[in-house]
Amino acid sequence: MKVVGKPLPKVDAAAKVTGRAVYADDMLPARTLHCKILRSPHPHARILSIDGSAARRIPGVVAIITGADLPIKFGILPVTQDERALEHEKARYVGEPIAAVAAVDEEIAAAACDAIHVEYEVLEPVMSIDAALATPKDERIHDYGGPNNIHKFVTLEFGEVDAGFARAHHVREDVFFYQGNTHLPMEQHSAIATYIDGKVTLWSSTQVVHYVHRAVSKVLELPMHRVRVIGAAHGGGFGGKTDPFAHEIIVAKLAMLTGRPVKCTLTREEVFYTHRGRHPVLMWVRTGVDAEGRITAMHFRTALDGGAYGSYGVASTFYTGVLQTVTYDIPAYRFEGCRVFTNKPPCGPKRGHGTPQPRFGLELHLEKVARDIGMDPVELKRRNFVKPYTRAVNWLRVTSCGLEECTQRVLEASGYDKRLRRPGRGMGFAISSYLSGAGTAIYWNDMPHSEVQIKVDRGGVTVYCGAMDIGQGSDSVLATIVAEELGLQPSDVRMVTADTDTTPIDLGSYSSRVTFMAGNAALEAARKMRALLVEAVEARGKKYEDVSFEEASVLGEARFGTLTSAGSYTPPKIAGPYKGSGVGPSPAYSYSACVVDLDADSRTGLIKVNKVWIAHDVGRAINPLLVEGQVEGSVYMGLGEALMEEQVFRKGLHKWPSMLEYKSPTFLDMPDVETFIVETIDKEGPYGAKEAGQGPLLPVPPAMCAAVYDAIGVWIDEIPITPEKVIEALRRKDKGEEARYGPPRFPSIPYPPAIKVEPPPKDLDIAQASTI
Amino acid sequence: MKNEAARDIERIVLTLDVNGERRAILVPVHKTLLEVLREDMQLTGTKHGCELGECGTCTVLVDGKPELSCLLLPIQLEGRAITTIEGMAAGADLHPLQVAFAELSAAQCGYCTPGILLSARSLLESNPRPTRDEIREALAGNLCRCTGYMKILEAIELAAERMR
Repeated sequence: MKVVGKPLPKVDAAAKVTGRAVYADDMLPARTLHCKILRSPHPHARILSIDGSAARRIPGVVAIITGADLPIKFGILPVTQDERALEHEKARYVGEPIAAVAAVDEEIAAAACDAIHVEYEVLEPVMSIDAALATPKDERIHDYGGPNNIHKFVTLEFGEVDAGFARAHHVREDVFFYQGNTHLPMEQHSAIATYIDGKVTLWSSTQVVHYVHRAVSKVLELPMHRVRVIGAAHGGGFGGKTDPFAHEIIVAKLAMLTGRPVKCTLTREEVFYTHRGRHPVLMWVRTGVDAEGRITAMHFRTALDGGAYGSYGVASTFYTGVLQTVTYDIPAYRFEGCRVFTNKPPCGPKRGHGTPQPRFGLELHLEKVARDIGMDPVELKRRNFVKPYTRAVNWLRVTSCGLEECTQRVLEASGYDKRLRRPGRGMGFAISSYLSGAGTAIYWNDMPHSEVQIKVDRGGVTVYCGAMDIGQGSDSVLATIVAEELGLQPSDVRMVTADTDTTPIDLGSYSSRVTFMAGNAALEAARKMRALLVEAVEARGKKYEDVSFEEASVLGEARFGTLTSAGSYTPPKIAGPYKGSGVGPSPAYSYSACVVDLDADSRTGLIKVNKVWIAHDVGRAINPLLVEGQVEGSVYMGLGEALMEEQVFRKGLHKWPSMLEYKSPTFLDMPDVETFIVETIDKEGPYGAKEAGQGPLLPVPPAMCAAVYDAIGVWIDEIPITPEKVIEALRRKDKGEEARYGPPRFPSIPYPPAIKVEPPPKDLDIAQASTI
Repeated sequence: MKNEAARDIERIVLTLDVNGERRAILVPVHKTLLEVLREDMQLTGTKHGCELGECGTCTVLVDGKPELSCLLLPIQLEGRAITTIEGMAAGADLHPLQVAFAELSAAQCGYCTPGILLSARSLLESNPRPTRDEIREALAGNLCRCTGYMKILEAIELAAERMR
């Protein structure tokens, strides 16, 4: 291949290094009004009245809106349409939008927000999983779900779990906690809207133009063809810009009311309130193993602190229980999940969406199981690795699987097996897997998940796709695929993406789906285009490879008229035959293995990471530079979550809604990372490619905790691993107590009886479609 | 600032030297350099991540040294040479750091990139042979959430080698 597999610069590299890429807040059309949002100061309060009359009188204020102007509810999932752009009945977290002002400048808009008088009746806030499970002191946060403030239960059972435990040689239970954290994109969310000729045009820093399109259309009661959403250059997402947001709907509404462009850029503090980040998850896991360390049964319970709204939470709840089975062969598996509402900013999808938390618990749990039976933890894990081209007990279909190769690479490179045993220095190992795109869309529909159109004229190629490049380089990947097929360089290909007026549908940058799904669509469209060009060239008695692209395109247009082609991608219907099987299936899974080397100071509790080795099975690296960038970025984010990042609250208030106080790793905190790309050439992906952007985060936190145990002999069963926790665990160890810091217990949760599902038959063709 | 919208804002005429071009501007005295660059001079290559001096995103060079434009008032800067990302390339020729960042994909979302490029340029001008730890130290005030910093370190090392 000529360009696939080459470390080429991104197609937008020059724009990014010269400051010429236009992000949403960089836009300032003539007569733009600035929008500021008044937010609730209370975590839980009834709104009795909102009086904007004084604010309206301030010179320079052009419009003020409240929830009465935007009463229609929305939400990313069809089952949880529970948000309003502006709430006028009840505030459910500090920072919830209550009113919005459009004014001639930001300062006047802010002053007008201060002048809006809101009367609240303060209610008792619900601030923890335990409080949400208990009878509310005042009233429930929402009037759906339940009992109490429980939002969602998921209970599923595959195979004979009780029998599996009964035949186990050893059974162990553990409890873990994964603290919530946030995406912290460098760019604060920003949106700008115009209303011209009865049409709203919205530029936004979103990861998913299609879902914003749907929500704006719904709330503003405009048909979708009268709403255009364009993804501006994107300043970082990590899942945090995957929901439709209040400010996007608000600027569109204000543009309609004022007839002028309206812009809203969130402050950093507001970004913390907008959130949709990692769910805090409490976990309990019980596993049985036989005398050889093979898993006989597993029972996994999770409790997710969801914050104030649904967001992606129903999916997140499923995700805390589904991917355990695609790394380890678990013959019988019971999962009980529960999400609760609390009076905090809503949680949602962050890199790894719902799976880093159970991955953390599972990897550490198996470490402990192995030590119980006197087996090397790496050996126990390896004995249970899934095999390629199999079906898991919960029907998830595994295609290519490079787990074993990834493991070998990091063990060899790190010298894990031969490491010197010194007090205070340790190594830890963990593995993971992630989806190459969710197999089902957010809302039920039969459309393809991605569509690509290609136009060739006058020697140029233009690719149209709804996919949103959020910095991971998805435009470059699509350009590379088209260039490969047409015999060009990626830089020869013009990309038009993420514009709901001009590009066909793509479901956007989430669930690690773009390379895989839009890539497959681009590959189909490019191959069709190549066939047209080859036919036209060969009709003149020449070979495609011997003529210039300009000549081929002229011959093609002469023969066929306007040269266009299209491709689309719909994931295979491989979900299992049970309710809830839609979350978890992916056409292919990536695999990662990781070793962390660190020093743990038993005097200060400080952790210094010396090096991280990570191997990632990406199927095929369409651009190895971009794959390395995703892997390294994932390691970095996993390291931040493991050691310092946490979103915590004090009496309803965010404890540290600023970049200084919310700790994230700097250049000085980041160790060197050695990345190994493992290629397994998956049958389903474009040229065999799978995902790269999320999976490599997952093994980092458990590997870190395993390394801390290796170094100083204490288990830190909840992250982040702060010095205080390390010191406390060491103190307990010294006193002869359990050498552990972590949650003491898992709460009693009234899970409904599990739905029993038969495992897939042994002779099931792994490619076979399910019956549902 | 309650109900002060109708207040008289004190404005001042300043001459700023930005990227070698001197421009007279009329700005409210309390506007930050970040705001003036972006809103009054249309130099939107300078980004903002916090506007509180915490993230390094808005870094510009003042007399060759990295400064946070969100914490500077233009009134302090008359007669000083301000360099923004727009002034980093020599005409159409990219600076070696920009070339290296592009080649190695050291910019993912690109939002922190202008500030990091300017900090790195200042470092290489005072220390053409920085060790990796010296680069880490010099850039510790610039946060990046995409790259894990690895490709940035490699790109700065590559550019340093080419510039020697």
